[in-house]
Amino acid sequence: MKRKKIDLLLYVVFILSLFSCREDIIVFIPEQVEVSIPEYTSIQGFYLLNEGNMGSNKSTLDYYDYTTGVYSRNIFGAANPTVPKEMGDVGNDIKIYGSKLYAVINCSDKVEVMDASTAVRLGQIDIPNCRYIRFHKGYAYVTSYAGPVRLNPEYEQLGYVAKVDTTTFEVLEECLVGFQPDELEIVNNKIYVANSGGYMFPNYENTVSVIDIDSFREIRRIEVAINLHRLRADRYGNLWVSSRGNYYRIPSRLYQIDTKEDRLVDSLDIAVSNFHLDGDSLYIYSTEWSYISMSNEITYGIVDVAKKEVVTRNFITDGTDRNIRIPYGIMVNPITKDIYVTDAKNYVSPGTLYCFDKEGKQKWNVRTGDIPAHFVFLGELKE
Amino acid sequence: MSFVRTYCILFILSCWQWVFPQSPQDTIYQLPDVEVVANRYKEVIPSQKLTGKELELLSSHSVADAVRYFSGVQIKDYGGVGGLKTVDIRSMGTNHMGVFYDGIQLGNAQNGQIDLGKFSLDNLEEISLYNGQKSEIFQPAKDFGSAGTIYLRTRKPSFKENKKTNMRGFFRTGSFDLVNPSVLWEQKLSESVSLSLNAEYIYSSGKYKFRYRKVFQDGSVAWDTTATRHNGDIKALRLESGLNGFIRDGSWNLKAYYYDSERGIPGAIVNNVWQRSQRQWDRNFFTQGSFRKQLLPQYDIQVNMKYARDYMHYLNPDTTLMYIDNVFIQQEIYASVANKYAVFSTWDVALSVDYQWNTLDADLQDFVYPERNTLLVALATAFEWKRFKGQASILGTYVFEDVSRKDYGQEASSSSGKPENKQEYTPAVFLSYQPFSQYNLNLRAFYKNIFRMPTFNDLYYTDIGNVALRPEYTRQYNLGFQYVTSFHRRFFKGINFSADAYYNEVTDKIIAVPKGNGQYRWMMMNLGYVEIRGIDVTGRMHGTLPYDIGWQVSVSYTYQKAQDFSDPSDNDPEAGTYGGQIAYIPWHSGSVIARFMYKKWDLNYSFIYVGERYHNSSNILQNHEQPWYTHDLTIGRSFVWNKTAGRLSAEVNNIFDQQYDVVLNYPMPGRNYKLILKVEL
Repeated sequence: MKRKKIDLLLYVVFILSLFSCREDIIVFIPEQVEVSIPEYTSIQGFYLLNEGNMGSNKSTLDYYDYTTGVYSRNIFGAANPTVPKEMGDVGNDIKIYGSKLYAVINCSDKVEVMDASTAVRLGQIDIPNCRYIRFHKGYAYVTSYAGPVRLNPEYEQLGYVAKVDTTTFEVLEECLVGFQPDELEIVNNKIYVANSGGYMFPNYENTVSVIDIDSFREIRRIEVAINLHRLRADRYGNLWVSSRGNYYRIPSRLYQIDTKEDRLVDSLDIAVSNFHLDGDSLYIYSTEWSYISMSNEITYGIVDVAKKEVVTRNFITDGTDRNIRIPYGIMVNPITKDIYVTDAKNYVSPGTLYCFDKEGKQKWNVRTGDIPAHFVFLGELKE
Repeated sequence: MSFVRTYCILFILSCWQWVFPQSPQDTIYQLPDVEVVANRYKEVIPSQKLTGKELELLSSHSVADAVRYFSGVQIKDYGGVGGLKTVDIRSMGTNHMGVFYDGIQLGNAQNGQIDLGKFSLDNLEEISLYNGQKSEIFQPAKDFGSAGTIYLRTRKPSFKENKKTNMRGFFRTGSFDLVNPSVLWEQKLSESVSLSLNAEYIYSSGKYKFRYRKVFQDGSVAWDTTATRHNGDIKALRLESGLNGFIRDGSWNLKAYYYDSERGIPGAIVNNVWQRSQRQWDRNFFTQGSFRKQLLPQYDIQVNMKYARDYMHYLNPDTTLMYIDNVFIQQEIYASVANKYAVFSTWDVALSVDYQWNTLDADLQDFVYPERNTLLVALATAFEWKRFKGQASILGTYVFEDVSRKDYGQEASSSSGKPENKQEYTPAVFLSYQPFSQYNLNLRAFYKNIFRMPTFNDLYYTDIGNVALRPEYTRQYNLGFQYVTSFHRRFFKGINFSADAYYNEVTDKIIAVPKGNGQYRWMMMNLGYVEIRGIDVTGRMHGTLPYDIGWQVSVSYTYQKAQDFSDPSDNDPEAGTYGGQIAYIPWHSGSVIARFMYKKWDLNYSFIYVGERYHNSSNILQNHEQPWYTHDLTIGRSFVWNKTAGRLSAEVNNIFDQQYDVVLNYPMPGRNYKLILKVEL
């Protein structure tokens, strides 16, 4: 009888041991991985902003330190342990200006401002549905989709560019532009804004807005192509603009604007999802859905912006591009010419960062956060 | 239209007998208020059930809250009285779960999900859950068509002695500013016909405090935030009426259901955004009828019909985001004829033919106005041989889809055009065996292969829809036993114990994959593959304690290993999704319900445990979700006052005020209270 009771007790203990209890959640300790040998240039490292899928609040910040070769995953929590709900939802852009690091967190309606060398939070700039950021003479300029709404006769909502004081983090002025503005670039005292019209499918927007920076007024529109996304200025005073197309019959394409005359001068028949300009080389990748093969068609390439021609259609030469399912972020180290490409995979699980040398051979790869997307270097970009 | 011809032929074949005049044979004499056409067979595999009193005592707002106590079931609960609650059985996905309301399936061709949070427990008499399908062959073909099924059965009028009218009223109030009155009126119209009317109104502000916190490694607080959940309000009105009648050797019923609600969609809590403003209006109406009769001693027939119209209005008034204001209207017509013929006293065969028509109307840009005609034919047999019982069925499903698409002159591709018509044949086999005649021990096994159709959203939703989708298949293998025994002891009177082990596969799983560039662009594809290995255990015991205190305890436990084998290339041993436990499925989960009755008092304690999970098949620390468990207590006392019977009860839910998320960033309510008054005339 007694034996039976002990048996019973053992059963109960065994069953209860299957159930684990709830524990306090500890502030995330960054995971450090040594991925490469140290490298000493004027560039100390780079930040990688992971977008995180919408609603997941999983936008995270990773840092790669060239001086140690160590990749640190998800550093924001440890740098800012007292910030509730960490970085936020969907990181969309990251830049450094002066000693500050700015991360545009789209679905958290804010730009997070941090110390550039420690990622310690300094404050935030509240801008609803903010998209991209650039700087000029002490001010930050941020694009936002959330302009005034007109419901009749058809729904219309212009976007705007916010002018922000980089010492007080206050929005000083707003300048209305086109529908759903994305990237912006500042050249010759003018802000160029790529308007997408992404909320207005199938009637996409097709212009670049030009803002005079002193009066902070939109002075003209340049008609380019539908659903514009990215803008990059080269050293010849030209702007390279990418159009997403309409995802069906109109393909993505690359356009060139002359900023002296503010007019469209050329276009290249090359699809662009994202690019990075290093010197005269515009590194490009494109992911386009094919309704014929029912899969993503991925292409890579380099455009010489001086000659305005495609130099190569493959900068990854060792075949590792086959492993990249959804290229999402791209960057080139201006000193070593190492190429960084991220893979966002299925958007909901961790991605991968690949590093290739200038010959296009893989040097290393490392796991990132969800949807690794936006890079910024820390340090001097010249030797 | 060839399907019309096929359908007509089958329809005529299956119902040729009921055009004959009524059989003169008088077999069973009629008992009023009792189902005459009962199933001769005991169930091959019994269901898990919650009935009458148990349901009433369980502290739950909706059907979803009650279903959590079944083993093998996982609920996705977005929190609050009005929050979306969907059910997933044995990790196969919510779309594989069939929900039947008074015998006829609730449909949602648009997204395939039934929000069980919308169904009230107010008038329910029984909730039963079947793995595979109901152990019954005399049923509509649709009942063979899901991987798992939940049957919700509303109360049928029954009248004591000379009573002709029953009246019942409930009033519930408590946390979240809940105001929830309901009335039920039942009238005996004649010896064989009765009428019932039921109305319920619910209001709740949906406001509750929630708390998120993190600590340092040494346990000191890093941050600790308490806030109020907003925009989770709900206003809903439910009206239901039914006519129930008996005829010689048969019965019939008609019912109408109307549900009208407005609710806020509380949304995810993310950094800097703690409040949302999206709203949803629903108006659901259906009317259904069923008729069954034994025409010959060996031959039974049943006919079921339904018409349903669902209106849904979604509004995103937040102009910092994309403004959305859309209306969706779904309609469904359903008709079914089922026949059963007893070849011998131990061998039955059945043939059922169902037809269903679905449409979806929406004010979306370039919408295709899909129309789906489905024909289902089920051939089934049930037999008994000594202590051996079995059922086998084969279901043929024929789907004919039509769309009207604006012509933009673009070439036919998988984003245009219409899906191919589909023909699928799916079998199921259920067996049980009692090895010893003196012990009520039954061994059981089943195999079932079934699919779910891609929903209208999967096929046609702007941009993500893919008309090339194939059905998503599940294959289930189950082996288990049940042991029922009673003791001649006062303290411990009886036990009912069952355990099952199973292996399921979900193939061609419809998942969203990234499409082109940018995270807001997806495409639905048949790319998922999941393997599920699990164990379900349930036990029920009852007895009497000293001082005549009756007790009853139900326990359930589920172990599930549900692995995502969709992407073999994502096989990093640490973080890869290949082989990882799928999102939101815990390895361990279970529940306990304990009930004590003493004279007019009763006490109900319930406990739910959901073990650690990950919100993604990449099972890394960043994706880890803590276990959660809640303790609920209900105490009630019945009374009689001036011929009025009643009951007053009080609930405390989540007694220890656990702060948890079922779904990432959707905080659940902490401790909450409810007071319930029931009056019967």
